[in-house]
Amino acid sequence: MTILLDAAQAADHAKGGMPQLDFSTYPSQIFWLAVAFALLYLALDRVLIPRIGGALEERNDRIADDLDIAARKKLEADEALAAYEQNLARARAKASAIIAENHARMEAELTEQAAAREAELDKKIAKAEAEIAEARARAMSHVEDIALDVAATLVHSLGGITPKPAALRKALETARPESLS
Amino acid sequence: MDPLHQFNIKRYGSFHLFGLDLSFTNSALFALLGVAVVVAFLALGSRKRALVPGRMQSLAELFYEFVAQMVRSTMGQEGFRFFPLIFAIFAFVLISNVMGLFPYFFTVTSHIAVTGALAFMVILIVIAYGFYRHGWKFFRLFAPSGLPLPLLIVIIPIEMISFLARPFSLSIRLFANMMAGHALMEVFAGFVVMLGGAGAMGVLAILPFATNTAILGLEFMIAVLQAYVFALLSCIYLSDVSGEHIGH
Repeated sequence: MTILLDAAQAADHAKGGMPQLDFSTYPSQIFWLAVAFALLYLALDRVLIPRIGGALEERNDRIADDLDIAARKKLEADEALAAYEQNLARARAKASAIIAENHARMEAELTEQAAAREAELDKKIAKAEAEIAEARARAMSHVEDIALDVAATLVHSLGGITPKPAALRKALETARPESLS
Repeated sequence: MDPLHQFNIKRYGSFHLFGLDLSFTNSALFALLGVAVVVAFLALGSRKRALVPGRMQSLAELFYEFVAQMVRSTMGQEGFRFFPLIFAIFAFVLISNVMGLFPYFFTVTSHIAVTGALAFMVILIVIAYGFYRHGWKFFRLFAPSGLPLPLLIVIIPIEMISFLARPFSLSIRLFANMMAGHALMEVFAGFVVMLGGAGAMGVLAILPFATNTAILGLEFMIAVLQAYVFALLSCIYLSDVSGEHIGH
């Protein structure tokens, strides 16, 4: 540092002071500084800062726009997914409703058929029973005649006489009154 | 070897106006050259305005964002009216400091006349904006609110002196840093030449040469740092008189 000071002092003596303190150069320095600085300021203010700032702003806007678009697309996708799921749920519900309906209808049909078959069978049974009863009644009505014939034959064979049918019927009724009533 | 020789102002021709010597000089040449370099750099960087920036555009935008961040962090949104001013101050001081480190280049900011003019411009803008923004309440800057009277009697003169000292500290800091660094490098360069011409002792010239190389690196850092300090202090002085600091 002392070397520097010595050198500086030596220079001072040689040149008569620092060039920085030569006031005669001040007007020129300040004038040209003003000119240069004014040029720089105008170029920056009018042209360069708007241009660079504009480019930066444009980029930020573009990025913000792209983010917006992405967000909107995502929303749309979410909505589509929700709609799809809703449709799927509706389709499932519809399918199970159809299955349940078919099931019920088939069951109803089956019961109806079974009831019809049963009714038919009942009718047939009833008819058959009626026929049996009729046959039986018919058979029963013949029994008396047969009994009268047998009795007449027996009387004829044993006694050698031919009984009057009315007397024979009366005799038969007194013998077994409960069976013919 | 005169380490101050490099600071000499050389007149190219003669130009007088209103009795003032406004001759074109090496200082004027390098000031205009620096402006041309800054404008060319930023014009080239903003030529394409591409959505995805190239190398030059990235650099220009980095530079822009750096200054914008400095303005934003000190002055907020209100400070953006001063953005071109701060940008111009930072760019001018930076390019002058850095260009001055090239051999045979004149360092515009190594002269107190230049740094002083810049500093006084800043302070005058601060005062003008303070009055424009707050009227006579501008003087509240010297009287922090909430202080008792006895303290105010002490504080107000201190604040006034510190305010008045600002242009001097601002200008001398920059000019002295530039001048001292350049003079130091020239002194060491002189040692290299002296030792190099000393026969067998010439090998020792490597020592000041190595030192000078290291100092050159340091000087580049100082060149950038001092430009940043000058611009940042300008921002802070302006923010002192913006809305936030002086109440209504």
